[in-house]
Amino acid sequence: MSSITKPSVRHPSARKNHLGLSRADYEGAMSTLCAGCGHDSVTAALVQAFWELDLPPHRAAKMSGIGCSSKTTAYFMKQSHGFNSVHGRMPSVTTGANAANRELSYIGISGDGDSLNIGFGQLAHAIRRNVNMLYVIENNGVYGLTKGQFSAAADVGSKSRKGEVNEQTPIDPVLLALTLGATFVARSFSGDKAQLVPILKAGLMHRGFALIDVISPCVSFNDHEGSAKSYAYVRSHEVETVAADFVPLRREIKVPETHAEMTVVRMHDGSEVRLHSTAPGYNPRSRDTAYRHVQACIKKGEVATGLLFIDDTGRCMHDMHRTVTTPLVELPYEALCPGKVAMERIVSRYR
Amino acid sequence: MPPTNVSDPQYYHKVVDCQWACPAHTNVPQYLRLIGQGRYADSYLLNRESNVFPGILGRTCDRPCEPACRRGRVDEKPVAICRMKRVAADLRGDITDRLPTAPVQKNGKRVALIGAGPSSLTVANDLLPLGYDVTIYEKYSKPGGLMRFSIPAFRLPASVIDEECGYIIGMGAQMKYDTPISSMRALLDEGYDAIFVGTGAPHGKDLDVPGRHDAPTIHLGLDWLAGVHFGHIEQIEPRVLVIGVGNTAMDCCRTAKRVGATDVKVIARRGRKHFKASPWELEDAEHEGVVVVENHAPKRFVVQDGVLTGMEFDQLEWTEDANGRQKSKVVGTVVIPCDAVILAIGQDNALPWIEEGLGIEFAERHMPVVDKVTHQSTRPGLFFGGDAAWGPLNIIWAVEHGHQAAISIDLHCTGRPLTERPPVGMTLASAKLGMQAWSYNNDYNPSPRAEMQHEELVKRFSDVSIEVELGFTPEQAAREVERCLNCDIQTAFTDALCIECDACVDICPTSCLTMTAPAEEEAQLRRQLSAPAVNLDQALFVSGPLPQTKRLMVKDEDVCLHCGLCADRCPTAAWDMQRFDLKLVYAGQEGR
Repeated sequence: MSSITKPSVRHPSARKNHLGLSRADYEGAMSTLCAGCGHDSVTAALVQAFWELDLPPHRAAKMSGIGCSSKTTAYFMKQSHGFNSVHGRMPSVTTGANAANRELSYIGISGDGDSLNIGFGQLAHAIRRNVNMLYVIENNGVYGLTKGQFSAAADVGSKSRKGEVNEQTPIDPVLLALTLGATFVARSFSGDKAQLVPILKAGLMHRGFALIDVISPCVSFNDHEGSAKSYAYVRSHEVETVAADFVPLRREIKVPETHAEMTVVRMHDGSEVRLHSTAPGYNPRSRDTAYRHVQACIKKGEVATGLLFIDDTGRCMHDMHRTVTTPLVELPYEALCPGKVAMERIVSRYR
Repeated sequence: MPPTNVSDPQYYHKVVDCQWACPAHTNVPQYLRLIGQGRYADSYLLNRESNVFPGILGRTCDRPCEPACRRGRVDEKPVAICRMKRVAADLRGDITDRLPTAPVQKNGKRVALIGAGPSSLTVANDLLPLGYDVTIYEKYSKPGGLMRFSIPAFRLPASVIDEECGYIIGMGAQMKYDTPISSMRALLDEGYDAIFVGTGAPHGKDLDVPGRHDAPTIHLGLDWLAGVHFGHIEQIEPRVLVIGVGNTAMDCCRTAKRVGATDVKVIARRGRKHFKASPWELEDAEHEGVVVVENHAPKRFVVQDGVLTGMEFDQLEWTEDANGRQKSKVVGTVVIPCDAVILAIGQDNALPWIEEGLGIEFAERHMPVVDKVTHQSTRPGLFFGGDAAWGPLNIIWAVEHGHQAAISIDLHCTGRPLTERPPVGMTLASAKLGMQAWSYNNDYNPSPRAEMQHEELVKRFSDVSIEVELGFTPEQAAREVERCLNCDIQTAFTDALCIECDACVDICPTSCLTMTAPAEEEAQLRRQLSAPAVNLDQALFVSGPLPQTKRLMVKDEDVCLHCGLCADRCPTAAWDMQRFDLKLVYAGQEGR
């Protein structure tokens, strides 16, 4: 909450992006989340990323479910399309929207409860379909909106604010996504924008399902001693495995010669993601390496972050279903609704 | 860079741009808020503490505060600080029972003040309540000095001067009107414990070109304005040239329009951007039909049979060399016809009545040697202030000189070293009322600057004493208060409480905050900021190492709106909004 709305004044040297828009044009309503919520930092990173990407706000759709995390979509790009769905159903709604109009940029914002508890099945099938979308999980390990019950992302041994210990095994969204065949898997931290912003940009430009698990502490119910999702815990246990830099098509690409272990992934629009592994022998294009590494880190009590896995050769939902390339809204009525005769023809094929 | 020492009052003082720029350090944001609350009398008295003449200064101040105002860096125009002072003065009601008074029991020290202008009157204002016996010598029959005799009544009504000078004189100053001092030696012989010279710079500069003394219609600006004031001069010829573009020139040309001149031109040697006149006074003059002629240097007066018919000028072209130095080239000459000329090309102090051999040293151009801090001359117990000390400045500087001289006089008379000056203090008090609730209006009001209403032209030319500016209405004033950014409500940071959640950095509308790695030098740190400042005059606040990452919280004070959103969004109250109150110390208030 805040006492006032954000003043319209900006820094005198504030720049505009290539669309002539200022950063403020990518902002939304004032957040009503708790002061210090990690989600607000994720919002700021989203604003920064989309402003830098020159994303036209009216060509984006912000999709969300229920929970603190799902309020985020109200706090950026106020001129974009949006759909605030039933709890946990955002992946399916987005799948439908994407099927109808593949030309919009889909930005799904969810939380650990929304995605790993009630919406678990929805998420799994959106990953399998490789729906072309950015899927951000703002992961704080608790249900903040209902006063801090453990979510499915809470680690074993993690303590609630009242001192209760979680005994159920957690669902790790990164391992889950790797298992289900996701083509873009990353983990980051709300308190590290230098890492998060390039990952968000790469995720949005990735053709297919881009899952980013952002550890985003809940200051009200999960930022205490004994929590494995507090600011202090993440800062002391985070190990950046793959540093990503997103190079838009517009910028001249000069790969520094010193980085011998650089992996360069070209995105479908011609922009590039440059990956620099900090773990020796780590290959961000290998699903097996990624899985083994993340698991090993968990065992050591470390949180592996960075753009952990990317597969730019994967086929997305439209490829697999061989759908029409034109958005349905742009199809002429006759093509969209071919009439009784066409219907008869289709039905007769199944007789 | 080491952490910023915010226990030094000057750190937060500098953040309050207006107060820092004001020579007398008037607490502008607080007096504006009092106006916003309708507490005009309180606002007036707060003003009076530091600037002594709110009604006069609210009409005539050079307003160094306004170019400094932060609002001017984030919006088109600064807050109309100066004219708001007039609002407080206009609407204050009767405050006489709240003014300082002099004790019945005097302290036995006698002080003489020469000249009853703003600096002397300020000395009297500060010393009378302490029990000093104060005598003021004035060559004219009324107090006010140049405020009365060189500022025309259409800008500053005599009643305002009478009232505010009266507050001080009413405390019991002994006024010796019509008593010009002709000998310092004689005055010293009267055995005063201290003497203060506040005689101003009453001597208009002359222009020594051919024909200067050949016609009776060539006047010195200051003398001519005083002549109009006293009624010795009631009329001027139709075509008038005013030489010079300072504020005195503006007063001369506008006065001329009111005493019969129909065609008034102001002649400047240089281009418009080098004019000394305040832009608003130039604007008012041009609105009244005064024509400004640039790049003309006076060459000679054209006089035929003892009658002035015109003035010849060199037409100049200015060029700037690589060092930014201006050089002129004569590109032609021209005679501008006129019937009268008023010279307003500067003024000097005039101290011929100070004899040699009194231990009072003079430097070049007959300027006395005066200590910049103590205001004492080379003769102990003899002090200078106002324009008499270092040449022409303005009223608000004269007031500040008076305050400082009064401190020195008090130290001198009580046998203490003048260098033991009381340090300024401060109070800092949290402005937090509750969750997201602050004791000041932290919202940003995008309203444009209030426009001053003026008397219509026909009416103002009918009488030289008709005040041109009508003042702000209470509604205008209330809105203008909302434009103030409350720079005195400081953002106070406690590094030990910070959990580095980024909330403050994310919400700051003007990107003032950065959490970054430590740096050796300020220049390096500035490069690391998320939005480096254009204006480098404001400082960087640098915290100690933050608990989790050992980074530093750096705040660029330059364009902070003091909206309090950083503190609103801070989960641990590491940021707080705290009202800063600079405790200025005046004579006799040491150790308070």
